[in-house]
Amino acid sequence: MKHILLKMTGLAIVAIAFNGCNKDLNRLPPNTVNVNQVYSTPEGYTQAMAKVYGAFALTSSNGPAQSDVQGVDAGTSDFLRLLWVAQELTTDEGINAWNDPGLPDFHNMDWASSNPILLGLYTRSIYQITVCNDFIRNSSDATLASKKFGASDLTNIKYYRAEARFLRAFQYWVLMDEFANPPFVTDSTAVGTIPKQIDRKDLFKYIESELISCSANMAPPKTNQYGRADQAAAWALLARLYLNAEVYTGTPRYTDAITYAEKVINSGYSLDPSYQDLFLADNNLNNPEVILPIQYDGNNTQTYGGTTFIINGEVDAGMNPALFGVPSGGWGGNRATSAFGALFPSLDTTIDKRAIFYGTESKIIDVGNFDQGLHAVKFKNITSTGATPPGGGTFCSTDFPLFRLAEQYLIYAEAVLRGGTGGDINTAVGYINLLRERAYGNTSGNITASDLTLPFILDERGRELWWECFRRTDLIRFGEFTGSNYLWPWKGGISNGTGVSSQYNIFPIPLSDIQANPQLDQNPGY
Amino acid sequence: MRKKISKISRHAGAFLFFVLVAFGANAQNRTITGTVISQDGRLLSGASIIIVGQKVGVTTDADGKFSISVPENAKQLQVSFVGYQMQKVNISSTSNVTVVLVSSVQALSDVVIIGYGTVQKKDITGSVSTISTKDFQKGIVTTPEQLITGKISGVSITSKGGAPGSGSVIRIRGGASLTASNNPLIVIDGMPLADGVNGDGGTTPLSGTANPLNLINPDDIESFTILKDAAATAIYGSRASNGVILITTKHGKKGKPRLNFTTQFGVSKLPKEYPVLSAAQFRNYVNTNGTPAQIALLGNANTDWQKEIYHTALTTDNNLSLSGSLQNIPYRISGEYMNQQGILKTDDLKRFSGGLNVSPSLFKNSLKVELNLHGTITNTRFANQDAKGNAITFDPTQPVTVAGSKFGGYYEWLGANDSTLNNNSNRNPVAMLEQKNDRSKVQRSFGNIKLDYAIPYVSGLHANLNLGYDIAKGSGSTLIPVDAAQSYNNSIDSLRGYNNEYQQKYINTTGEFFLGYNKDITSIKSNINAVAGYGYYDYLTKNYNSTQRSATKAIRTDIANNPPLFYYNPNEYTLISYYGRLIYTFNDKYILMGSLRTDGSSRFSPATRWGTFASGAFTWRIKQEDFLKNSSTVNQLNLRLSYGQTGNQSGIGLYGYIPTYFLSTPGSLYPFGNTFYNMYTPSAYISNLKWETTDTYDGGFDYGFLDNRINGSIDYYYKKTKDLLANVSIPAGSNFSNKETTNIGNMTDQGIDFNVNLIPVRTKDWDWEIGFNSSYNKFKITNLTLVPDPNFIGNTTGGISGGTGNTVQIDAVGSAPNTFYLYQQIYNANGMPIEGLYVDQNRDGIINQNDLVKNKSPFPSWTLGFSNSVSYLKWSLNFVLRANFDNYMYNNTASSLAVTRSILNPNKYLENAPSSVLKSSFSNNQYFSNYYLENASFLRMDNIGLNYDYGSISKNHKYDLAISLHCQNVFVITKYTGVDPEIFSGIDNNFYPRPRTFTLGLNLSL
Repeated sequence: MKHILLKMTGLAIVAIAFNGCNKDLNRLPPNTVNVNQVYSTPEGYTQAMAKVYGAFALTSSNGPAQSDVQGVDAGTSDFLRLLWVAQELTTDEGINAWNDPGLPDFHNMDWASSNPILLGLYTRSIYQITVCNDFIRNSSDATLASKKFGASDLTNIKYYRAEARFLRAFQYWVLMDEFANPPFVTDSTAVGTIPKQIDRKDLFKYIESELISCSANMAPPKTNQYGRADQAAAWALLARLYLNAEVYTGTPRYTDAITYAEKVINSGYSLDPSYQDLFLADNNLNNPEVILPIQYDGNNTQTYGGTTFIINGEVDAGMNPALFGVPSGGWGGNRATSAFGALFPSLDTTIDKRAIFYGTESKIIDVGNFDQGLHAVKFKNITSTGATPPGGGTFCSTDFPLFRLAEQYLIYAEAVLRGGTGGDINTAVGYINLLRERAYGNTSGNITASDLTLPFILDERGRELWWECFRRTDLIRFGEFTGSNYLWPWKGGISNGTGVSSQYNIFPIPLSDIQANPQLDQNPGY
Repeated sequence: MRKKISKISRHAGAFLFFVLVAFGANAQNRTITGTVISQDGRLLSGASIIIVGQKVGVTTDADGKFSISVPENAKQLQVSFVGYQMQKVNISSTSNVTVVLVSSVQALSDVVIIGYGTVQKKDITGSVSTISTKDFQKGIVTTPEQLITGKISGVSITSKGGAPGSGSVIRIRGGASLTASNNPLIVIDGMPLADGVNGDGGTTPLSGTANPLNLINPDDIESFTILKDAAATAIYGSRASNGVILITTKHGKKGKPRLNFTTQFGVSKLPKEYPVLSAAQFRNYVNTNGTPAQIALLGNANTDWQKEIYHTALTTDNNLSLSGSLQNIPYRISGEYMNQQGILKTDDLKRFSGGLNVSPSLFKNSLKVELNLHGTITNTRFANQDAKGNAITFDPTQPVTVAGSKFGGYYEWLGANDSTLNNNSNRNPVAMLEQKNDRSKVQRSFGNIKLDYAIPYVSGLHANLNLGYDIAKGSGSTLIPVDAAQSYNNSIDSLRGYNNEYQQKYINTTGEFFLGYNKDITSIKSNINAVAGYGYYDYLTKNYNSTQRSATKAIRTDIANNPPLFYYNPNEYTLISYYGRLIYTFNDKYILMGSLRTDGSSRFSPATRWGTFASGAFTWRIKQEDFLKNSSTVNQLNLRLSYGQTGNQSGIGLYGYIPTYFLSTPGSLYPFGNTFYNMYTPSAYISNLKWETTDTYDGGFDYGFLDNRINGSIDYYYKKTKDLLANVSIPAGSNFSNKETTNIGNMTDQGIDFNVNLIPVRTKDWDWEIGFNSSYNKFKITNLTLVPDPNFIGNTTGGISGGTGNTVQIDAVGSAPNTFYLYQQIYNANGMPIEGLYVDQNRDGIINQNDLVKNKSPFPSWTLGFSNSVSYLKWSLNFVLRANFDNYMYNNTASSLAVTRSILNPNKYLENAPSSVLKSSFSNNQYFSNYYLENASFLRMDNIGLNYDYGSISKNHKYDLAISLHCQNVFVITKYTGVDPEIFSGIDNNFYPRPRTFTLGLNLSL
């Protein structure tokens, strides 16, 4: 009996010792923190804000081969590369030689809802929205009141919060423009909730009200740090939103477009004297024209997308990549069609300095042959003094202008032509001639009021803003994207171009999300 | 095993022994002498001879001779030897006997190890296969799992290629998971190994090793036991869904010290070169079709690049072991030195390993101790694997070296101005090998101590303690010189080459305590065999993130996370288990088994981390029934029926349920003003993650006929996995990612395992044994969405080389996992494929993703294994044949390289292509054409060998010598046109060819 008692005691001790081990099942990931730790200091807020912006510059927080979003090749999953493909390769401005999954669909204009690049763009935009939401949730007045931060830190964090709202509105604008009716989540939606779909018209109203509301809390124009949005950025997006309002809602808002374009124009920005300098590696320094860029750095902000994609994609080994600041790069993919070249008086910079092309143009017989086509080389990874910034010879340091003054001039002019009130045609001609004088180096390219027509505006937007992610939206607004009004080489996958169905004015909601989210309805035609 | 010796009888036995020893000398005795030989004429040394009815005995000497003093009235001697059937000989009328022992097929496997205990083979309730030394694959086998390739039904072992020490994909009945791990649990001497060592929960081996099993010396392994159905595996609960492999190492046997020396010397060759255009064909093609600029690029050399990168590789493997007993403590000490070259130049593996087993019994055998210690050091040089693909594509008209080359003297393609390196071109494959020095050293030690204590006063009750460890450290360096084209930067010196070091460690600990109870209750013709226990398993990996440096030791700023944000990443997961099993046997005829295991895993939240897994089984020993009891034809016939539930948590992230933020790494910073900030990034999390659960039903027969000369088993199984951890799309906007590992899918898997062992001939001189096994397996995914959705196409998978992010397979409802997903090629009247022309499946006038077709699987539906061993006197011949049927392969080498546009490259260089380009004449890559999907069914002879067993080389001592000659990877018969039809993923790309190896082996035993 004694033995048995002893044994039972022994077993009990063993059992208790074992139970103590159960806390070992709470293993925490190394080198991570929780939400309270992140938002405990002003520096923590700044680092969280860095991700709010970084979400549209980089593919991930773990280097250029990883991604925040899935379903698309990680290296190609940054915002600009995806947006660029959707906005440029669908148009006369761009055609790509590669066979990447889903990529040829863009110039063929036959994408389906399973297209991985569209999935990438959609999820990238929504990803940045969820990161914005997280920041906004954790920087509410109530939350901030509980922290003992100094006054200047509090002011800065409130600017951050307004900028996060701006970036969220910007991404909703992208989703509205590309996919029309995306799922909708805000800071009041809990993580894990299945989002509801929002109608394009309702989304328009939301974006409009958010921009008006957040702009009141943003830093005044030209007072914020380079790379951060200020009031002018919000106004610039409002102007762009109103210019396209008829496409989005059926109701024109050209007067509002003029109002906000004018607000931006009067905010103290001026044209960079050199058009080419806007697209070089030192465009972050003393840039008078850019309102909000996406920033890249060959050493610190590395991605295979962004301007690294645009610059490496436009050159190949045969073009001596070192001349473009990518001595180890040159992927030979993107060039323009002859239809786009035809917008310029000549295919070199002797007349119009915006015609930054390379070599001689040849007809594209084989889409896969990069040698054929019009080689366009506006973006470069060299500085205005010809130096190559550090970065290994592939990663670029050139910032991408998301909003710049020239666009606002063009919005103003177009809105006036389309019947908006509050502006006048002579001011519009003056704004356009500012662009023309920079392009021609003198007044020889200037126009008069009679030259200022809508077709001229579309062409001028092409000349001024090419490869800056405007072309698809512009062609849609002018009714020349789908249908047969305007044919360019390889439109619809045919050498001479062919008309395509109007369903392609809106991209499909990606199939994987239709399947994951039962609340979503597909766009018409897909 | 049932123990019938009660305390009293044990004492009585000891008493009797003493009485006999004390008084035996005074009794009337006579002496019997004799010789013990095996059926094939070998003198058996160490055979034990005892007098029937008594406990006294002797063993045979080196010449198989014995001499024993027996009482006058002794009638019989009992002669036994491991591996042979015990025999009784009559001695009433003779004083000299020659005993011929017959080898017993099942002798070694009479007792089968199951989780936490053993059972007799006849009493097995689950589907269990055992294979031991004598049936292992022969020749040079440098990684343990390849010992049993093709030997066991339902177990497929596919080596990952021909690189030295390269691992294998092991699947037991196909596995049970989709995206989590399908690797079986491997348990060595009772110690479960970690499945992979990285924080991602994946199966990545330690840095610097090709495979975790290759750190175990195959020569130290005594047997493999494969637990296949849930009745057998459920005791391993949450890690059992993919089957369990129990490895038992060799232990010392009682007796005189025995020294065993084995040496093998192997010569390996590339079986055949991959067919590419010859220099002449290539020159002709470019001259005919190229532009003047391209023609001008042609060189004057005739280089066979494959000949330049492959060579005849030598391997030597030497094993020395000493086993015996010292003061009644059995021991075994072993050491190995192995050096294996790869057929790809600069591939080399050296392994030194040592092992020690000691198994003393203390306190009058009431405490059995077993100590196992193993240590290994491997030194590996890894060749640059990309050289293989480049040997196919590098221009055969260019020389290996060229005077004045600034790239270490090697010929390389130049860029625009002929002074820089061409950024788009491929690189000289010889330079890729010679200019990369990637070396690693891995040290590993693992072992355990097992204590088995017979608790006094409770007969049949044992307490067991098992404490184990597995510690390894891998470190290495990569050197690429500043002038190597493979890591060259045209403008910046400090970004050229590499001078890197890396390090990783892991520490795994196992602690188990269980009580075992085994009792015959004769009054009710019953036996009870019960186990209840607790287990604690901890797996800690430490990754050291080192700074990536250029050849000149400058920090490589073009590489992400460099210098690393954190120099050290410890990842740890823990499992805690409670388990129990009861086996009840009635009348030696009906056996009922039930088991239960509760596991807690640190990978899941407190609310979901505990899982309970149960199993039940019934075995009917039909042979014991009256109608068969006296049959001499049927030796064994068992019917087994079982059901069980098992879990899987392996292969998913360690911390997926926890909401956290992490700082972005260097290179992924975002600037405000002039300051770059590390970004605080929220991670996606799924708080309610839980186990995958597999229900397995199994029914089977174990049979033995005609003196067990025909024996084997047949099983049918049906597995149903639910809550499959699949990395699936989640609604965009609902979390910080759009794809997460979620418990979402269902899958079924059914099949048949059949094996038979035949002994067609067994005479004094001849012995012929045949082993045949066959398995049929069929997977089907039954659900992949939260809400069943008939329109859901599936999740694409199976990434290929070529383009960016292309995939050729899909996991779809109604199909097997990894089903190929391709366009249907259209052919012209001559049967040639028409480039870019596919069947428009939905007839909407455009060819897009909606026209892809699900068809064929990379996994065979039937696999066959056929082993043959014929021996005549001292000679034996054996071979192993293996066949897979109905497995398909996507020929990625051809789809990515066999296009004319890469020959006539626009980027100022020329590229060679596989000869098949002349057949397809495709100018552009048609990655998604099912033209590249080929039937890869095959018949392979793994091994053929001849062994000569010389026997003793000394008159006075038992010094045995055996010599063998083997050929491995003898031939493959297949229609598949690529490198090798046996590639697990079904995607043939840059595969390391399996060499053909000739081995001379010598075994000396003293």
